[in-house]
Amino acid sequence: MRILVNGLQCDVRATTLCGLLNELGYEDQKVGTAVNQEFVRSKDREMIKLKEDDAVEIVTPRQGG
Amino acid sequence: MSDADRLRLYGSEFGSRLLIGTARYASPAALEDSIRASECEMVTVSLRREAGGTRSGESFWSLIRNLGVKVLPNTAGCRTAKEAITTAQMAREVFATNWIKLEVIGEEDTLQPDVFGLIEASRTLIKDGFYVLPYMTDDLVVAEKLLDLGCQALMPWAAPIGSGRGVNNPFALRALRAHYPNTPLIIDAGIGAPSHAVAVMEMGYDAVLLNTAISRAGDPVAMARAFGLAIKAGRSAFLAKPMTPRDMAEPSTPIIGRPFDQLL
Repeated sequence: MRILVNGLQCDVRATTLCGLLNELGYEDQKVGTAVNQEFVRSKDREMIKLKEDDAVEIVTPRQGG
Repeated sequence: MSDADRLRLYGSEFGSRLLIGTARYASPAALEDSIRASECEMVTVSLRREAGGTRSGESFWSLIRNLGVKVLPNTAGCRTAKEAITTAQMAREVFATNWIKLEVIGEEDTLQPDVFGLIEASRTLIKDGFYVLPYMTDDLVVAEKLLDLGCQALMPWAAPIGSGRGVNNPFALRALRAHYPNTPLIIDAGIGAPSHAVAVMEMGYDAVLLNTAISRAGDPVAMARAFGLAIKAGRSAFLAKPMTPRDMAEPSTPIIGRPFDQLL
């Protein structure tokens, strides 16, 4: 399936957001997630089914002003 | 600062009236030492994209947690209310806080806040239980709208983010302060030197949030210390009620008894 992950086109096997995080190597990392600009809570990631052309954001803590 | 003169925001109290950003430091050590030198108790942080497995955000987050300061996540770079709302929701989960420095940028050259998007995002986030600290212009009408929505503090700019210009419009900032004497008002953005911080604190502003003025100084740690002192000096001066300026001179030494005067 072809989706956008952090603005980049990706071919992925995962069908859920949780599966995507594991496939891309985030595993136990503290991340925030959104699909198509909608926030997805960590506890809901397993339920969120991904579909073609979805836009996924995966973010982590960073310096900020 | 005395216990009676603490900064109060959303039911929390702070001994320091200086909030600092964590970006643009030359090294993690410079950031850590600057935070300590400033004696600030709250720092701003952000969320950014990260490739899987790189774990680049983890060391930064670990450093901040170990300092024991309160974190204030921002929505920096968001250009729409929707982006800001979603970013705030992600920040609440990642940083485990419902505090948010709400930024909705409307113009790229000045990074001027989009106050319409700011109001829209504030409405949604306050209903969702967030403690919103809105980065805004010095507009009285916008301030009124944000307070009506339930914002318990406002963060007007002094000048564009990262410009270091100091106060662009002292009249507007004085008007805002006079109009809302009991609302916590924090100057956010545009401060470049400790003298700028002193000036806004002498106006009666409750606190100052800055980043680049420290992180891009030749000696960030020394500058952080200087800002900490400036904030205290400005606050003390405000509480001491500065004299009213005059147009003409007035002798400070008594006139009576001056030698050589003709008494007849």
